[in-house]
This record gives sequence, C-alpha cells and structure tokens, in this order.
Amino acid sequence: MDQRQKEIDNLKDYKYGFSTDIESTKAPKGLNEEVIKFISNIKKEPKWMLDFRLKAFERFKQLKEPDWQKPKYPKIDYQDLYYYSAPKSMNDKPKSLDELDPKLLETYKKLGIPLQEQARLNGIAVDAVFDSVSVATTFREELSKLGIIFCPISEAIQNHPELVKKYLGSVIPTTDHFFATLNSAVFTDGSFAYIPEGVRCPMELSTYFRINASNTGQFERTLIVADKGSYVSYLEGCTAPMRDENQLHAANVELIALDDAEIKYSTVQNWYPGDKDGKGGIYNFVTKRGLCKGKNSKISWTQVETGSAITWKYPSCILKGENSVGEFYSIAITNNHQKADTGTKMIHLGKNTKSKIISKGISAGSSDMTYRGLVDISSKASNSNNYTQCDSLLMGNKCGAHTVPYIKNKNSESNIAHEATTSKISEEQLFYCQQRGLSAEEAVGLIVNGFCKEVLQQLPMEFAVEAQKLVGISLEGSVG
Amino acid sequence: MKEQVKKDFDNVIKNLSLSQRDIEIKQFYLDNFINRGFPNRREEDWKFSDLNQIIKKNIGELSFYNDYTSTNKVDTSVFVDGLEHNKIVFINGRIEKIDFDYEKKDQIEIIDQSETINKSSNNNSLSDLNNAFTNKSFKIVVKNGYQFEKPLIIYHTTNSKIWSKNINLRLDFKLDKDSSLRLVDLFNDTSEKNFLNIFYNFDLKENAVLKNFKIDKFENRNIKYSYNNIEQDKNSTSETFILSSGSNFFKNEINCNLKGEYSSAFVNGILSLNNDKHHEIRTIINHLTENTKSYQLIKSVLEDSSKAAYQGKIFVNSEAQKTDGYQLSKAILLNKNSEFNAKPELEIYADDVKCSHGSASGSLNEDSIFYLMSRGLNYHQSRELLINGFLLDVVEKITDSEIKNLIKNMIGIKE
Repeated sequence: MDQRQKEIDNLKDYKYGFSTDIESTKAPKGLNEEVIKFISNIKKEPKWMLDFRLKAFERFKQLKEPDWQKPKYPKIDYQDLYYYSAPKSMNDKPKSLDELDPKLLETYKKLGIPLQEQARLNGIAVDAVFDSVSVATTFREELSKLGIIFCPISEAIQNHPELVKKYLGSVIPTTDHFFATLNSAVFTDGSFAYIPEGVRCPMELSTYFRINASNTGQFERTLIVADKGSYVSYLEGCTAPMRDENQLHAANVELIALDDAEIKYSTVQNWYPGDKDGKGGIYNFVTKRGLCKGKNSKISWTQVETGSAITWKYPSCILKGENSVGEFYSIAITNNHQKADTGTKMIHLGKNTKSKIISKGISAGSSDMTYRGLVDISSKASNSNNYTQCDSLLMGNKCGAHTVPYIKNKNSESNIAHEATTSKISEEQLFYCQQRGLSAEEAVGLIVNGFCKEVLQQLPMEFAVEAQKLVGISLEGSVG
Repeated sequence: MKEQVKKDFDNVIKNLSLSQRDIEIKQFYLDNFINRGFPNRREEDWKFSDLNQIIKKNIGELSFYNDYTSTNKVDTSVFVDGLEHNKIVFINGRIEKIDFDYEKKDQIEIIDQSETINKSSNNNSLSDLNNAFTNKSFKIVVKNGYQFEKPLIIYHTTNSKIWSKNINLRLDFKLDKDSSLRLVDLFNDTSEKNFLNIFYNFDLKENAVLKNFKIDKFENRNIKYSYNNIEQDKNSTSETFILSSGSNFFKNEINCNLKGEYSSAFVNGILSLNNDKHHEIRTIINHLTENTKSYQLIKSVLEDSSKAAYQGKIFVNSEAQKTDGYQLSKAILLNKNSEFNAKPELEIYADDVKCSHGSASGSLNEDSIFYLMSRGLNYHQSRELLINGFLLDVVEKITDSEIKNLIKNMIGIKE
C-alpha cells in the first residue's frame, strides 16, 4: 500500500510512472544457455534461430563490458536479471484485440495509445510491446493487402523465416559489441516490417515499448526491410514505470534499405528518467544501425531523447549503395541527474553518398550530455559529402555539455564540414520575450522550441506535437 | 625491446653520478615505460597515430643509450641569417652551446637541474621514457619585468653519427611577472631513423608573454614527439605556432592550463605534408577560471599519401564562466591517397560560455581554380596561389613581425 501511495505521489512528475499488476511468466533469473533455450523454446523457434542465439552467447562470454563512455554507472549484475517476462494471459495468444487482457488495454490507454480505437480510426498501425513480448499489432489485414508484413518478430520467425534468416544480423552481426551481442542472444520480441518492392506504406508504422515487470531487462529486436523502391515511416515510443532500481534496456534495431528505398525512423524516447536525486531510471543502451544497401537508398533517423537515467546510443547509417543518403536529427534533453552519451555514425562506403547530422543538446540541472559522432569517408567513397551541426544549450552551472566528434576523411574528392557551438540562452532573447508578457518559464520553453525546431520539423505530425510537449515537460523546474 | 632498454638504462646510470634515491626514481619510470611500451592505437589519444607501429615500421629496433661524453662541433652554417638572436644548440641531444649574447646576464638565470629530478608527466608512457633517460636538464628563468631583447632560437640538430637512437630532451622555462620571451624551436636533421622525445614545461606568472614557434621544415626521416605544458597565471598570454612539415612523423602536443583570470592561449598550426609523412597536432586547453580565452587555428595541406590528424580539446570547468573558446581546423586533400582525421572536442561544465569549433576537409575548390585560370594563370600557378593563400591565413596570425617574416621566407610564401 505504502509503495502504491508513493508511486501515485511520484506520478505528478512522470505521468507514465504507474505499473500494472499483471501476472507474468518469467524465465528463471540469470543468464546461461538454459535461459536462452527456455526463451527459444517458449517462442517455439526453429533450430537456426536457437543456433543464432547460442552463437551470440558464445561470443558474449568472451566480451568485456565497455567503459569508455562518459556517463559511468554502477556495474550491472547480468546474472541478477530476468531475461524473459511475459503477461501470463499471452500464453495462449489472443487472435483479436477483443480477446486481449483488459488490464493490458487499460495500460495502453493510460499511455495514450488506445489500441482498439486506433484499430477503428484510420491512423497508425501499432505494434505494442509489453515487457518482453509483443501484445498487439493493429491494422495487419489492411497492410497485408499491399503485401506489407508488419508483425512481432517472433511471428515473423515462424511465418517468414526466409526473410528473417536473410536479414537478421546482417547489419548488427552476432559478433558486434557487448550489448548488441547480449541482445542477439536473449532478445525476446520486437517488431518486424517488410515493405515489398515499389510499395509506399500508406500509414505510419509504430511500436510502443513498455517495461512493466521489475528486475527485468528489456531486449527487443526490430528489423525493417524496405525492398526496392519502397517507402516506410516508422515510429517508436517508450515508457516505463517508476522504480527505485535501475533497469536495463538493450534493444537492437536493424534497418535495410534496398535500391531506391527510403526508411524514416523516428523515436520519442521517454523512459523513466529516475527521480530528482538521480535514483532509479532506465539504462537505455540501444544499438541502432541502418544499412543503405542499394543505390539511391535513404535512411533517416530522428530522435527526441528526453527520458532514461542514462542514454547511450548512436543510431548509425552505413552508406554502401551509390548515391545513398543518411540523415540524423536529434534532440537530447537531460535534466536533474540524467546522463546522455549519444550521437551518430555515418560510414560512407559508396560513391556520391551524402549525410547530414543535426544534433541539438540541452542540459539542465546536474545533468551531463555528450554528443559523440563519427563521420568516416572511405577512400572509395568519391564525391561524398557530410554536413554536421551540433549545438548545445546549457542551463545552470551544474550541468555539462560535451562534443566529441571523430572526423575521418580518406578521400580527396569528398568534403566534410562540421560545426559545433555551446552557449546558454541569451539574456537579450529572454528579456525580449518577458517584456512581451511571457513568464520566464514560458520564455525559455519558446526559445528552446525554436532551438529544436529544425529537428522537430522532421517528425511526423502526431509525434511532433507530443515531442514539443515533452520538451516543455522535461525542462520544467529548471529555470529560475 | 625490453632487454635493450634495460641494458641501455644500466649504461646511462653508470655514466652518471646519481644518488641512490635518484636512481630509484629513474628505475621507477623505466619500469613504468617497460610495462606500457610505446603508445598504440588502443589508447584514445593515439587513435589516429599508432606510435608503436610507426616506430616498428620505420626504425625497427631502437637503442636508448647515447654517448654524451664527447663533444660535437657546432656547424654555424645552420644558424639563421639576418636575424640577431640568442642560441641554445642541441646536437644529437647534447647541449653544445648556450649563448645569451644579446641579453642582460643578471636578468636571466640558467639552473642546471640534472641532479634533482622533477618529474614531468602527461599520462602517457613517453613521459616515463623521458623521465627515465634525460640526464641533462636546464631551467631557464626570465626574471621579474625583463623582456627578452632578441628571440631565443633553440637548434635541434642531429647528424649522421646517430642511427636508430632514442633521444630524450627536457627544458623548463619560468617567466616571472611582467616578463616576455620569444622562443623559436628549429629542427635541423641530417640523421635518419631516430626518435626524438621532447618535453617542455612553461610556467607563466602574472602578465608574462610567451611566444613559441616550432618549426619543422627540413626534410628528414626522423620520428618526433614534442610535448609543451604551459601553466598560465593572471593576465598572461601564450602564443604557439607550429609548422609541421619536414619529419617523417611528428606529433606536437600542447597542454595549456589557464589558471589565472584574463589569461589567454593561442595555438596556430600548419601541417604541410607530402610523400608518406604522418603528422599530428593535439591540443588541450583547460579553462580553469573566469574570463579566460583561447583561440586555435590549424590548417593542413596534404599531398601524395600523407596523413594528418588534429585532436583539439577545449575543457571548461564549472568555475570558468565567461570563457571564450574557439577552434577551427581546415584541411585540403590534394591526392586521393591522403587522409585527414580530426577530433575537435568540447567538454563544458559552465553555462555562461561562448565555445565553438569547426572542422572542414575536402579538395581544392575547382571553381576558384577556374576563376584564376580564366584570368590567365596556368593550372599549377592557380593551385599554388590558392594553397599559399590558405596557409598565409595562419602565418598572418603570428603577432611578431620579425619572426613572421622569417617563417614566410622559410616556407616561401610570397605576398
């Protein structure tokens, strides 16, 4: 009861901080081959999938946890985590939304994602991932008419093994870094999307992640394949209940764009950031990587990072196809004791490839923010171009803002331009706004929104409004 | 390498009459160095230049013992003409001449501190190597209010007597209140395949002005590392100019601590490389108090299969409000085999600051060449003109007109 009351009190700060009492099935605590076999078994996976996992686990055992990042965190005991947690009612998977556990539906309603309504209204196709499993995917029939496959990845492994087998691990191999490899070994669910040749996906595809159970790590895997000449816009949102302990979230996202295809991937990340004293919160260690495999392909990442105790991720583009384009738009806001080390990697391999990076960082309170990025133009990538701009805004003298770009140019016909600035909100701008009758807080909100505008514009409409509000909420109490 | 280092170290110690304690200290640094070896790419600061590999590839086995008992004849032909100056001459790492002819003797103090070991440290194994092997080290003190009349030129000369040697040097400078010093480091090598490891320490008191010009112009196959540590008190100014061009490999590191209010640091550099040369400039400017200023401009022109790297860091701690930090690096790649790497870094903990950096790299602008050619220049001339203009920008930042002209003549930039 006490705990409940505390949570309700906390709700005032983080409105997604509730947890839902849903019975869940968990794998035994700890990380070992048995647990991986358990996960694979419960998912009724074919043998090649289990082999994939075990191969990753073999490799994982040899890897050391990296420690070069700016935000340090207490050591995670990987044996003290649950690697699988699923709502019990999901054991017999419902066939339609009507059969879903009403509590689950309620949870998603609270989150502002009414699954049922969206099934009726024309809007966004949602794949909702609750703890480790996908609970509902809407609009599937309509999408399948166009040949688009949009389903939980565990289903895709059963129903479309040829696609999954071909592309899974092709961008983030099982031999990648520590957290990516951990994910390859124990990932439980996630979304899979395949857009067939020449199809322009008529609606936004969306995944909503939610961590509910405590002591669980969430490991989802998202795989999006855009076949020749197709287009898809994909949204990702995430929330978690407030808990005193830190929770690990290590997802992998792989994007593959073939000839002339375009993928737009937007994230509004609002995991629980911990309380005002930096207690609790999510460790968001995510690997996101896109491969522009075909000619004229394009991958664009847009992220609004306001949550998590620690955000540590670098959505990257490998520009392999000729004339391919990579873009990265990011707003990262840290407040209180949040820490972020984020940025992107643009790896130019093909001729005439172009990339653009716009990163806006805002730090307030006692938070710390780092932009870390890599632009690498290989010797074969003639005529390539990169433009990078990263601006940081500081509020108060207890926070930090850092920029660590790595710039490598091995091609004399290619150009790289990079600029970065760090400053605070100018007194003149504040004065001007206040003089017109805005309060200090409103004025800051307005200026910050202007500062972020370039990135906010890249978001799909529904998300842009949410993101704009989030920017305001995240900075509440940081002025004055 | 281990055996060689140990053997050479014993040889060095034998020839020095050191106290037991000093030997122990040196032994400590030697052990540190042996444990860590030469820096390699696994170390973040050496990511772009793997010194271990470079030494292995270009020199092979190094030996660390140098015979400093016999003197070398000073070759006066290397001296700079047409500029009156004071001299310190190093030949193969041995001080052969100290000459402060143009200065008031009582205003300068030269302290031989070979006996007392004061450690210099920059967190890499090269400082351990330097601490273990330097056997002659001077401290030059410029006294209160004294302004050097003429520049001081330090000649770093090596000749063909040495081969596959490691040479360690160390100098300390203290500029007292209101003093000033113009210091030129001129590298002049006829030797090949040696590794020079140079540490300078500057202590600038209130209102002191230091201008340091490091000129590595003459073609040679040596490998060099130079580390400048500059401590700055209130109102002091340091200006460092680096011309990095002649050696096979050269890494210049500048570490500057702006400890006093209104102190400022300027670092300007040119990396002009051809063949398979590989040079790097790394700067760390620490803004530690209010109202400090730093400005950095690094330009590179890369031909053939040369490689340049620039790592610049501006650090601003939480007390250093009103900091002004600026950093710009630009590179022109002239050949498809050339490579430019940069890591311009900002680490900022104070909010009322103005910090920015920019980095650009690419090819010569064909439109500009077309413009010049349409005015009657040939392709070669147009190219030359554009490159000269590009580099002149940095040379023009030099605030001392005498030395500016000297450097202009040296690199053949015509106005």
